[in-house]
Amino acid sequence: MTTMTYREAVREAIREALASDKRVFLMGEDVGRYGGAFAVSHGLLEEFGPERVRDAPLSESAFVGAGIGAALAGMRPIVEVMTINFSLLALDQIVNNAATIRYMSGGQFGVPLVVRMATGGGRQLAAQHAHSLEAWYAHVPGIKALAPATVADARWMLPAALADPDPVFLFEHATLYPLEGEADEPGGPAELGRAAVRRQGSDVTLVTYGGALGKCLDAAARLAEEGVEAEVVDLRSLRPLDLDTVLASVARTHRAVLVDEGWRTVGLVAEVSARIMEEGFDLLDWPVRRVCGAEAPMPYAKHLEEAALPSPDSIVAAVRETLA
Amino acid sequence: MSAAPAVSPALDREQGLALLRELLLIRRFEEKAAELYSLGKIRGFLHLYIGEEAVATGAVPALGPEDALVATYRDHGHALARGLPAASLMAEMYGKATGCSRGRGGSMHFFDAERRFYGGYAIVGGGLPIAVGLALADKLTGRDRITGCFFGEGAVVEGEFHESMNLAALWRLPVLFLCENNLYAMGTAVERSQAQLDLSLRAQGYGVPSESVDGMDVLAVREAARRGVEAVRGGGGPYLVEFRTYRFRAHSMADPDLYRTKEEIEEWQKRDPIRLFAAVLREQGLLEDAEVEELERSVAEEIDAAVAEAEAAPWEPVGDLLKDVYAA
Amino acid sequence: MPALGADMSAGTLIEWQKQPGDSVQRGDIIAVVHTDKADVEVETFTAGVLEELLVEPGTKVPVGTPLALIREAGAPAPAAPAPSAPAAAPGRLLISPSARHLAEELGVDPGTVRGTGPGGRIQRKDVEAAARPPTPAPARAAPGPPAAPPAEERGAAMRRAIAAAMARSKREIPHFYLGTTVDMSNAVRWLAEENLRRDVPDRLLHGVLFVKTVALALREFPEVNATWRDEEVVPGGGVHVGIAVSLRGGGLVAPAIHDTDTLTLDELMRAFRDLTSRARAGSLRSSELSDPTITVTSIGERGVESMYGVIFPPQVAIVGFGKVVERPWISEGQILPCPVVTATVSADHRVTDGHRAGLFLAAIDRLLQAPEEL
Repeated sequence: MTTMTYREAVREAIREALASDKRVFLMGEDVGRYGGAFAVSHGLLEEFGPERVRDAPLSESAFVGAGIGAALAGMRPIVEVMTINFSLLALDQIVNNAATIRYMSGGQFGVPLVVRMATGGGRQLAAQHAHSLEAWYAHVPGIKALAPATVADARWMLPAALADPDPVFLFEHATLYPLEGEADEPGGPAELGRAAVRRQGSDVTLVTYGGALGKCLDAAARLAEEGVEAEVVDLRSLRPLDLDTVLASVARTHRAVLVDEGWRTVGLVAEVSARIMEEGFDLLDWPVRRVCGAEAPMPYAKHLEEAALPSPDSIVAAVRETLA
Repeated sequence: MSAAPAVSPALDREQGLALLRELLLIRRFEEKAAELYSLGKIRGFLHLYIGEEAVATGAVPALGPEDALVATYRDHGHALARGLPAASLMAEMYGKATGCSRGRGGSMHFFDAERRFYGGYAIVGGGLPIAVGLALADKLTGRDRITGCFFGEGAVVEGEFHESMNLAALWRLPVLFLCENNLYAMGTAVERSQAQLDLSLRAQGYGVPSESVDGMDVLAVREAARRGVEAVRGGGGPYLVEFRTYRFRAHSMADPDLYRTKEEIEEWQKRDPIRLFAAVLREQGLLEDAEVEELERSVAEEIDAAVAEAEAAPWEPVGDLLKDVYAA
Repeated sequence: MPALGADMSAGTLIEWQKQPGDSVQRGDIIAVVHTDKADVEVETFTAGVLEELLVEPGTKVPVGTPLALIREAGAPAPAAPAPSAPAAAPGRLLISPSARHLAEELGVDPGTVRGTGPGGRIQRKDVEAAARPPTPAPARAAPGPPAAPPAEERGAAMRRAIAAAMARSKREIPHFYLGTTVDMSNAVRWLAEENLRRDVPDRLLHGVLFVKTVALALREFPEVNATWRDEEVVPGGGVHVGIAVSLRGGGLVAPAIHDTDTLTLDELMRAFRDLTSRARAGSLRSSELSDPTITVTSIGERGVESMYGVIFPPQVAIVGFGKVVERPWISEGQILPCPVVTATVSADHRVTDGHRAGLFLAAIDRLLQAPEEL
């Protein structure tokens, strides 16, 4: 039973990829000498050298685009964008190029690119460092989007992403890096495109992803003390979404509360809610509820930031409402 | 009448006629495309290369078949010069399934895997980072290949140009930056958008060697391109060539061209690259009138056949709409 | 209730002089109240519209108790109270999709369910509650001697009704009785196999086989599926078998399963459960009590082997089944243990005779031999 931190798990995944496949290289800001903004790539430069662990200048558009070009030419780049907030500088390359080239070329070219980025709030980093914009990526056909929320997924989603012939975006919630957990399973590339039931229950289904998973599990523990058993579904894959797992759960519980750090309006779980309504209408005993980020840029002050994000309290309150 | 450019001693009749044919092919292809657009056969946006033919004709063959090529939305000339069949380009503009991009891209998005033609981009400057990446792959794998990246002078003020130049120079990547300066970025003249008009100074700012040539002179273009290719293949990092050229037609078929004067256009048209080169060949005794006619006839035949093929070609079934969004 | 004297602590409202909707001015007489001393007219100090009368004439209330509500001129009308179940559009029931399906499954009529969700929406738990027997009603707190608890009251009334009906039945209907022992080996074996494939809540009981065979047999013997009214046999409109349900605290009802012969065994089982729970909850519909064309009583779980019932008028027969027991049985010259049940019919001799009733019983026997065809 191997226990490690989420950070170590990602590092190990990158390390294994670099060691086993010459086509793989890591490129991003401060991934080399600095050891990674979140210390993920610590030690990799020393092990693999500056050609394979490339420090990029502050040119998101250029180095993400270069990742696309390199992938087009047969490499398997892992591009690290420091945070999802900075990835906006590269959205032209991502949405106009990476997502479109296979389709636009009539299937002649593919872009087997992996892009990892840190995401999310909760560390008082204010409005330009703290947003959760996964919904924008999940919106775009042509790319795939993953949210590893456990140490095991942090370890094993990356090899699966590297094996995928299409652009895959991995969103690592920044508060998860120090999380400790087991990394033995599955021992090989994780199954992509499937959600996972992290806690079984019969009274309500909590659906979430990424950094909010821990909050949902906390909320579920508290609800259990009140005799309410919540089933917690970790989406894991944001595009494509695994609604089968969600609906199977709602078939048992008849109630769904969706939890998402991103803004509520046109957010990612709005899609999940629409799909539950479309495909699971008859299963519902209560309207689907959402617990999301407040409709404001992320504030700096601690109490404001806490109020702006879902919390175990607000999740419990939402669940209680559905059991009135 | 400007002085006839010097003819490289390496240019023989065969090569000369081949260059002339290419110039003509592109010109007549573009004219035909304009006609088809006004008939509604070609839709969307159509950006004609008329007047700029010497750049593609001279520069594209400087790249080897193993090298990669990135272009812009004004990509017909580059695609033809690269050897993509006129029929497949015509079909693409019709939107047919036999098009080079299976009808998925249209005029602005030509792709060809076999000929390493990596598009056709609508975002100004959008192809530059990709060119950098293609070159990076070659460097990482130690392959002796380079990437030729065409872009207009309008891209020179986009952030992606600066990022790409810097990155290519920093990592000494084999990218040949080929700037087609036709003085107008859509409707905005270069003096109204660039604080520094001298591109060589910009290149210098990134430590990238550069030169500037007369883009209407196919031989000058050819020579400059060869120098650039050699420099880049030498492993010294990127090189920039600026081609001073001019488009005789508007930015696209939708553009009323209100921002240029007829006088200016007519002045440039005196330096029509086809007329210039034909004159050079004649002066060298390498060209007869009858041969010109023959070339025109052959080009017309090729284009007519391309149109006929495009007309007859099938449409991709609507049911295949979602095919190739992903690999599987 | 105004203070109309220093030592007044309470007053009785005698009558109202104004009605809701009436406009009132300061000084208008609005009511007459009775104090210890006299009947006194009560005036209003507020102008406006009389909205609501809060106290009934004849009621004594303490001084200070609000008697009526007046909406002052200029004050906005109160917001319309939130609609209680069901929702605004007439005939439109507020019920969650899942609860609606559950109601169908359990045979609960959503129209009879009280919803506890927002706006009175019916949820699953409301349907489940409706399908369950209620917990005993708490005794009402009341001034003076306590009234008898409702459940007991109901029980006593029911016993009186049953007594009357049974006495009348025995008085007026010439009963005759037939019985037969039925080999249940096929049925028992088939039932065991079927139930292996079902979750516990969905398992079939013997009773459901009995009811179905009776229903099918009635197609062949319609005279037994009839009622006797005004000296005449009235054929039953369809086969509506009444199921005798004994109630906790004593008493018996026999509500009908409509069109029993058309239902599958699973549907019968559900109807069975539904009727039983509603019968015990006291929420049967009157049609269910008046429509049976015959009654089946299955008393096997009490350990009784045969049961000869008393016909429920205006029906003309009642079929009884005892307990399924193992008895020695002769099969091809051998004595073998065999599960058997005693099936009986008590029939009205004005309407049928031993021959026909005997064939009716024989038909039931025959049908029980092929349970897979039921």
